[in-house]
Amino acid sequence: MSKTLNSLNRLTSIAKQRILILDGAMGTMIQQQQLDEADYRGEQYKNWHCDVKGNNDLLAITQPDIIKNIHRQYLAAGADIIETNTFNATTISMSDYDMQDEARQINLSAAKLAREAADEFSAKTPDKPRFVAGVIGPTSRTASISPDVNDPGKRNVHFDELVEAYKESTHALIEGKVDLILIETIFDTLNAKAAIYAVEEVFEESGITLPVMISGTITDASGRTLSGQTSEAFYYSMRHVKPFSVGLNCALGPDLLRQYVAEISRIAQCNVSAHPNAGLPNEFGEYDMEAEELSEHLKEWAESGLVNILGGCCGSTPEHIRQVAQAVSGISPRQLPDIEIKMRLSGLEPFVH
Amino acid sequence: MTTDFSRFINVGERTNVTGSAMFKRLILEDDFEAALDVARHQVANGAQIIDINMDEAMLDSEAAMVRFLNLIASEPDISRVPIMIDSSKWSIIEAGLKCVQGKAIVNSISLKEGEALFLAQAKKIKRYGAAAVVMAFDESGQADTQVRKFEICKRSYKLLVEKLDFPPEDIIFDPNIFAVATGIEEHNNYAVDFIEATRQIREHLPHCHVSGGLSNISFSFRGNNPVREAMHSVFLYYAIRAGMDMGIVNAGQLEVYDQIPPELRDAVEDVILNRHSGATDKLLELAPKYQGDGKAAAKEDLTWREWPVSKRLEHALVKGITDYIIADTEEARLAAERPLHVIEGPLMDGMNVVGDLFGEGKMFLPQVVKSARVMKKAVAHLQPYIEAEKSGVRSSNGKIIMATVKGDVHDIGKNIVGVVLQCNNFEVIDLGVMVPAAKILQVAKDENADMIGLSGLITPSLDEMVQVAKEMQRLKMDLPLLIGGATTSKAHTAVKIEQNYDHPVIYVANASRAVGVCQKLISLEHRGAYAAEISAEYEKVRIAHAKKTPRTKAINFSDAKTNKFSCDWSNYEPVKPNFLGVKTVEVDLNTLRKYIDWTPFFLTWSLAGKYPRILNDEVVGDEAKSVFKDANDMLDSLCASKKLKAKGRVGIFRANSQGEDVLVFSPNTHGDDNGHNNNIQNLTGSHIGVARHLRQQTHKPKGPNYCLSDFVMPLSQRRTDYMGAFAVTAGIGEEQIANAYEDDGDDYNSIMSKAIADRLAEAFAEYLHEQVRTDLWGYSKDEQLDNEALIGEKYQGIRPAPGYSACPEHTEKQLIWDLLDVEASIGMQLTSSYAMWPGASVSGWYFAHPESRFFAVAKIQQDQLKDYAQRKGWSIAEAEKWLTPNLNN
Repeated sequence: MSKTLNSLNRLTSIAKQRILILDGAMGTMIQQQQLDEADYRGEQYKNWHCDVKGNNDLLAITQPDIIKNIHRQYLAAGADIIETNTFNATTISMSDYDMQDEARQINLSAAKLAREAADEFSAKTPDKPRFVAGVIGPTSRTASISPDVNDPGKRNVHFDELVEAYKESTHALIEGKVDLILIETIFDTLNAKAAIYAVEEVFEESGITLPVMISGTITDASGRTLSGQTSEAFYYSMRHVKPFSVGLNCALGPDLLRQYVAEISRIAQCNVSAHPNAGLPNEFGEYDMEAEELSEHLKEWAESGLVNILGGCCGSTPEHIRQVAQAVSGISPRQLPDIEIKMRLSGLEPFVH
Repeated sequence: MTTDFSRFINVGERTNVTGSAMFKRLILEDDFEAALDVARHQVANGAQIIDINMDEAMLDSEAAMVRFLNLIASEPDISRVPIMIDSSKWSIIEAGLKCVQGKAIVNSISLKEGEALFLAQAKKIKRYGAAAVVMAFDESGQADTQVRKFEICKRSYKLLVEKLDFPPEDIIFDPNIFAVATGIEEHNNYAVDFIEATRQIREHLPHCHVSGGLSNISFSFRGNNPVREAMHSVFLYYAIRAGMDMGIVNAGQLEVYDQIPPELRDAVEDVILNRHSGATDKLLELAPKYQGDGKAAAKEDLTWREWPVSKRLEHALVKGITDYIIADTEEARLAAERPLHVIEGPLMDGMNVVGDLFGEGKMFLPQVVKSARVMKKAVAHLQPYIEAEKSGVRSSNGKIIMATVKGDVHDIGKNIVGVVLQCNNFEVIDLGVMVPAAKILQVAKDENADMIGLSGLITPSLDEMVQVAKEMQRLKMDLPLLIGGATTSKAHTAVKIEQNYDHPVIYVANASRAVGVCQKLISLEHRGAYAAEISAEYEKVRIAHAKKTPRTKAINFSDAKTNKFSCDWSNYEPVKPNFLGVKTVEVDLNTLRKYIDWTPFFLTWSLAGKYPRILNDEVVGDEAKSVFKDANDMLDSLCASKKLKAKGRVGIFRANSQGEDVLVFSPNTHGDDNGHNNNIQNLTGSHIGVARHLRQQTHKPKGPNYCLSDFVMPLSQRRTDYMGAFAVTAGIGEEQIANAYEDDGDDYNSIMSKAIADRLAEAFAEYLHEQVRTDLWGYSKDEQLDNEALIGEKYQGIRPAPGYSACPEHTEKQLIWDLLDVEASIGMQLTSSYAMWPGASVSGWYFAHPESRFFAVAKIQQDQLKDYAQRKGWSIAEAEKWLTPNLNN
């Protein structure tokens, strides 16, 4: 319990003084390494029965130095919070590589790598303590959308299966000593509700409660999640976990994302985070928004008082994070608004009574 | 004084098997599609939260809850509102909580089985992220007195807030509404107990809410709806003031508080508020007087005639009573300083009440149209006085030009929108049907109109609307343009129309939307923001549309042809028709009447539900009965007067298919009596017409890629097959009848007469098809089907209509006209967009093949487009124009 209060209190007090910086893309950095099948397999999985190239989370075990170095680069660029390389490390997503049984170990290894890198930098800059966010991703399935257009009532994953998978990941992340839990890239709110349910069960079972960050994804210009909720409705579905922060990431570049971040900023009774993509992919699938441009956008958000935590998602690099950190340094973080106590329900749209 | 609904949330209760017999039957019959319609209808009618309950002994309730919630998740029209998961079994509630992404409400938990279970369930509810209804129920039972109600709620509140940190704003207490006036003395104070407990709860337990199931209160007056409705209104009136802010209320079972006859209201208030020991007896004594359907009682009860004249006018408008309107209007005129003041004062006040009630879903469309009839009569009476006084222009909300576009003759929907707008004090200039763009724009200019509304039913009208928008742009006009009608859509408006015009272009989905849209557009204050909002919304629609990938894969036209429907033609024996050739058919309306499919008739009046079930629908049943009676009265008079006539042409021809074409041969040319073509070589040259059809071009893993030509024996078989065609109308005289009503200011009956003519035309098509099957062609001589089976098309053979799914291209109607010599023989015409005139008309083809079936051609690709253009002798551009709905953009 002491650990809990410790990281929550420290984070809360820092967040009151300045804007916290989150790291940038992991996938983009891994891509630059141009690893082949053998690299992905490493020694540990050299005889694995199917291809594993592209299983980035596995690199926490097979190429720990590469992952740790990426963490170091982000820390050196000025990140306060780094994210574990565990976006797909659930039994559900790992089953794509028949690696469901490895999920726990991947989470544990990834958490330890990030912990070591963060502690290294905390020792170097004691006035700027670094934190590790244990990442819980959306999985490759959706609990509230049918995979079959002819059978809208069908589901390829059930709430209980998600809870089971998320519990295992959360236990391993906590065992690896992460400081926070970050549920991110939420495109189906029901998946994220299962994640919250799992995280709260694990907190109760382990006696350790960590701050929780929530980050949803607006999939396109419709302004809604893939499962159809508006950003306000999404927040009302997530609010019961009393998150340390709520925000949005991925899918859109800063220009398109701004209005939805502003919407959440208006209503959230907690910190607001945003880690947009470095623009939208160009015709070659590359993100080509330069660091200057991203930091200009995010600086404006900060000056407008929209955010408490900023970082980058797909396409962002340590250079992007360095420039963002510089650009917002000295700008006051968003003030928590006074929100009237009301029953805040939601379907796809919010309903306040 | 009206009941204050502004801070009261009505929870929709029709998706509840314990509360709705209809919903229960649908679920038991596994008809989840129709069950979804119930939910959709409820949300469309304004339910802000929907309660879902599957507690039924005959059901696997948990599975039914999960399935229904999963299906709802795929219906944005429904799932936009929060769900109330309602069950007396925790396992069902929990299964439901695992299916909803939004923040829901659990209904309900209580201390009935002790604190431990109560807290365990509440903790889970909090972890699932839901609010909770908490019943005033503890270990010793359900609370019935004010003291017990409050005590249990207070204890529950403290446990939740202090032990679990449960957010108090997510607690909704249900302090139990029980029946009063049961004859048992202990029950007399139940309403007071609820109301006073509510007051205490809201005062002492901060942030929580109070809810209840209203219908219980009047349980002892089952069968007497007027009294029940009065009891509901009075109870709510006081409970809302005490702090009840949610409830399960059937809006159809609620009289407007102010409209309850004073005598009844006093008696009901005495009962609800338990004012004296004789209150129940007095209400029982009075009740029979109000027995029966509300309408009859209203007619008999003339006490309103003693009210002040302004109140009488309002009453007449709300109830749609024309009997006294001239006298009352005259009385008001004599009392007023100027005749115009009668319109601006009491009449507009009354129409505002109607508008508000309609907006809140408390009045239905046919009632509103009847209100408009009353208004028109009153205004017509005042008009000469106003003109004599030359007092200048009557101030209206704004002036709207409305028209059905060139080439289209359908106007029922447009007329309804016009009436509803007039009810809301808009001046409507209706230019009628088949109006060319130039005329619409000229009148708009001459009249200095504030906006233009376009309507259309057939697909070519969409193109015409695009033209109007382009013209407006070219002429540098700046009036807002409203788009409506059956084939229009938000997507089409956004993608095709809006971009052509720099000023607001707005899709109006139905009559009830029209008022809000027009009011926003007319307001200088709101127009800019609203226009910007709409234009941003349409931009989103365009982006979404551009990104949309087709649900099903397209295939090459040649592959589609290979995957055609085929049968063993060599062993197929076509039935030789008893009649070959063409003839005119005239049928008596009395005969057609039996063939009417009434369900679409109710839809015309925005009353959704299947006939005959709709007549007993909980919400719209009374109104459905009322329009149904009016329709039958009009049918009686039309049958007697013979002012409306039905005529048709039917033909059966020899025919063979060739690819996607069907070659039609003269009834008398080729083949012997056994159907063998002796000189087939000459046949292709001897045809009298070619029907060009389109083939489905989406990937069909299981079935064939259908084309209508597949149902006719290929020419290569060298044997004769047959095909038929028909064109029928029940609209001869329609216009004169409708115009006469309109001239009399009676829009209700004008719309009614057109709706009936439409139904009769469809009935005619159904009747004629039956004649063809059993007699003229005679391939199903022994068919015995009732009307329901006919409507369900449970017979052999099909009658697809050009312009609709299986043969979507409208110009093919011309071939039917030529083959049957339609125009010259019975006077039916085709417009430039190939709409049929009179509007109440149906035409189509007959196919008799036992495996012939309906299908939708849906999207076709460029290769088939080229092929079709070539077959029709068209340029690609012309083919694109006529096939727009079937092409990807």
